[in-house]
Amino acid sequence: MIARALPLIFAVCWATVALAIDTTRLPDPVLQARYEALTHELRCMQCQNQSIADSPVGLAADLRREVAEQLTAGKSDDAVREYMAARYGDFILFRPRVSARTAWLWSLPGLLLIGGAVVAWRIVRRRSAMAANDPDFNSDDLER
Amino acid sequence: MNRFLLPLAAFVLLAIVLAIGIRQSNTKGIVVSPLIGRAAPEFVLPNLLDATKRFDSRVMKGRWYALNVWGTWCIECRVEHEVLVAARQEAKLPIVGLNWKDEDTEARAWLAQLGNPYEAVPVDAEGRVAIDYGVYGAPETFLIDPRGVIVYKRIGPMTPEIWQREFVQRAAGAS
Amino acid sequence: MLPELGHFALILALLLAGLQAFFGLAAPALGRDRWLAAVMPATAGQAVMVATAFACLVASFVRFDFSVAYVAQNSNSALPLIYRIAAVWGAHEGSLLLWIVLLACWTIAVAFGVSRLPPRFGARVLGVLGLVSFGFLLFTLATSNPFLRLDPAAPDGRDLNPLLQDPALALHPPLLYTGYVGFAVAFAFAIAAMLEGRLDQAWARWTRPWTLAAWAFLSIGIALGSWWAYYELGWGGYWFWDPVENASFMPWLVGTALIHSLAATEKRGLFKSWTLLLAIVAFSLSLLGTFLVRSGVLVSVHSFAADPARGVFILAFLVIMIGGALALYAWRAPLLKSNAGFEFASRESFLLFNNILLVIAAATVFGGTMAPLISDAAGLGTLSVGPQYFNPTFLLPMLPLVALVAIAVHSNWKRGRLPERKRPVIVSGLVGLAIALALVLGYYGGRPGLALVSLALGAWLVLSSLVDPVDRLRRGLSLPRAIIGMTLAHVALGVFVIAVTTVETYTAEEDIALAQGETAHVGGYDFRFEGVASIDGPNYDGVHGMVQVSRNGQPVVTLHPEKRRYLVQQSVMTEAGIATQAGRDLFVALGEDLGAGRWSLRIQIRPLINYVWLAVALMALGGFLAASDRRYRSARAPATEPGEAGQGSTA
Repeated sequence: MIARALPLIFAVCWATVALAIDTTRLPDPVLQARYEALTHELRCMQCQNQSIADSPVGLAADLRREVAEQLTAGKSDDAVREYMAARYGDFILFRPRVSARTAWLWSLPGLLLIGGAVVAWRIVRRRSAMAANDPDFNSDDLER
Repeated sequence: MNRFLLPLAAFVLLAIVLAIGIRQSNTKGIVVSPLIGRAAPEFVLPNLLDATKRFDSRVMKGRWYALNVWGTWCIECRVEHEVLVAARQEAKLPIVGLNWKDEDTEARAWLAQLGNPYEAVPVDAEGRVAIDYGVYGAPETFLIDPRGVIVYKRIGPMTPEIWQREFVQRAAGAS
Repeated sequence: MLPELGHFALILALLLAGLQAFFGLAAPALGRDRWLAAVMPATAGQAVMVATAFACLVASFVRFDFSVAYVAQNSNSALPLIYRIAAVWGAHEGSLLLWIVLLACWTIAVAFGVSRLPPRFGARVLGVLGLVSFGFLLFTLATSNPFLRLDPAAPDGRDLNPLLQDPALALHPPLLYTGYVGFAVAFAFAIAAMLEGRLDQAWARWTRPWTLAAWAFLSIGIALGSWWAYYELGWGGYWFWDPVENASFMPWLVGTALIHSLAATEKRGLFKSWTLLLAIVAFSLSLLGTFLVRSGVLVSVHSFAADPARGVFILAFLVIMIGGALALYAWRAPLLKSNAGFEFASRESFLLFNNILLVIAAATVFGGTMAPLISDAAGLGTLSVGPQYFNPTFLLPMLPLVALVAIAVHSNWKRGRLPERKRPVIVSGLVGLAIALALVLGYYGGRPGLALVSLALGAWLVLSSLVDPVDRLRRGLSLPRAIIGMTLAHVALGVFVIAVTTVETYTAEEDIALAQGETAHVGGYDFRFEGVASIDGPNYDGVHGMVQVSRNGQPVVTLHPEKRRYLVQQSVMTEAGIATQAGRDLFVALGEDLGAGRWSLRIQIRPLINYVWLAVALMALGGFLAASDRRYRSARAPATEPGEAGQGSTA
């Protein structure tokens, strides 16, 4: 039954694949910038590959209104994220929150860079030692 | 260990992840609600069937009940409606019908025509209560226990089997 | 009759692919050289049968044969001819057949190419390609037959997905698949080398042009998809880090690493096992992309209808092909040793750093794309990974890479003592920085930040790459195509960095509600909304808006953003109105009717955005040029061009 229900939910997204053009204006440009960044960071739960900023469905409009109201009321960006995640789960956040559960993901690029640097250093050291110990190194053998 | 075995090992891990992904892919798009096991948000909303009174969710405290989110614009709600009507006749578990982002006149006409399965119909015209419940598509149905804790959530249309197994039996089994 | 003929041709193709794989792999393994003669006929026969099947499907579409289920689902009596042809690959079954057709094309090309190679090796290459083909044909016949009949026939078709009714997107899949499938050739060469247990520099020289060509096709395919997303989806962006986009980008990144590591293998016999691994991984990622798009394990806008049964089949295929290849690798790779040394700042070192950074970039994209699956499988809960993760983490390896290339183009093989070649690097770096400063502070205005850094890097790369070729031309030396191609691709990378930085930093945009006659001021231009008029297409209707753009009171252009409603599927599509003006795109998309003559409009001024795609096209052109270099065209050409070795500036 679920399998049957879902295509219908997503069918709405296809039918209106177009886009929402959100003309909300908050009074203060700083607030507006935060609003735009935040709405792009929240996943539309119905059209799951759009942010609520781009999604044309009614729920996305409700969530945008919620974000606008909470920012205007002085809530921090993190408080809004927390509010959304408490209701819809971490699935709604396009930027995964840093936690023990996502530590592997956030540390991945850094670990790869460190690992890459170590590997590069070891290979270069080994190969340059070969070059130094090779009596024929300076003969030009590049033709083959 | 032979370092040339590492790619193969990594691939084996990947294949396992993909296999698990395939096994769960029929529930893809179903987002497990973080609200299960938490207190159901309380709310006070206008009452569709009685304009003089507002519906306060606290009146349901002390009883098991189902909170069904619906709207006349929702195709799948039409599909599940007769299941809910039958459930009301069976009278094992009361249903509160949260009318989500709908027109009052159309909603009344729908209930008059198709039968009213609900004990009460709070009107969430702006969708604020639905956000508190983490609703992302109608129909959705929550099972709430006498302490006011959300025990189970059904996403998609209700079926007689699911109603019996997940709703009626849970409520009966616990009480 | 035609669909039955097509179906039958597919079955014959499956059998012939089986024979091609069997004879190609068994003959050299068992030492039965007489069997080798069977490989070519099987290969040719397979290609003919695949082409026949494809022609049958095209004919069914052209002739509106709605008794074929696949045609009925993806075509319509009002669909124009060009889209009826494009509809062949508009959904899962037909696009799979397209994959097989393109593999057959590559196989035939390879068959001509390997006729000049040792017969056993050539047979092995064709055998591996036959095995890949066999798997895909079996997949098609078992789970995704495009020739199934409908009884009774549908009175009319359900139309091609309106998103795909667009020239760029009609061409996007064939080019993208040509790239994906092309990596199968590098894969086949790698497997053949491992089966032979021998990998020399000649092997790298045979493999390189195929890999370059595949990479170039993949580049164009990706660029077309990105361009399409820009003007069709109406979001004004060109890259969304969607899982399906990532699925095409990962093989591209690894393929880029591969063409560079092949350079070191060809010149110095270095990095042999690493090159093999990259060839396997590039193709594996192409297969994985196919899996992700078709199995429904990830949420994506572009996915085909999810079907776990297909997922199981592809997974089994992945396990056999990739698992087998990697097992073979674990067994054979330790035998490949090289004693060639190189100094710290030699070209070999830079190619090594390049490979490490590209693979890190690919692994980062891989991690982010697979994170929802991994997290779920490991019981860490559901999560989403969007552009907010990919953008910063991708820059981490990529910015150093740009700087690296700017330095590396001046390095020499084997020996590297930077001081000799320090001047052009430093001079071009300083000039690049000056240009970036002038742009950021003088032209665009605003605070210098990361934009300054990446603009300077981009300009540095462009200038630095041009120094040597220009110098050679001035001294009257000829430029082989390999060097022209390499230079073009590196300059293009610099242009790409500049263009992306500029678009991301200096786009002016506004989402605004306008009534007829009202004007919006965005980025120095005035956009006057003149209302909407209705339009009538062959299979859609809708409205187009009229937006008069002017600057300082002078009219510039009138834009016509459209909103189309495709009648059969009742879906609404946007077609942005775009004009290019002094290197900037003026972009208007039409949103919703807000009532009382007011419409929501998205207005953007995107400087240099066309250069993003132009740069990728240039990279691809560079790849094609390098692939057609003289030393790959003749069987026994000298390994180096005259006058090349001393300079050390080979690609």
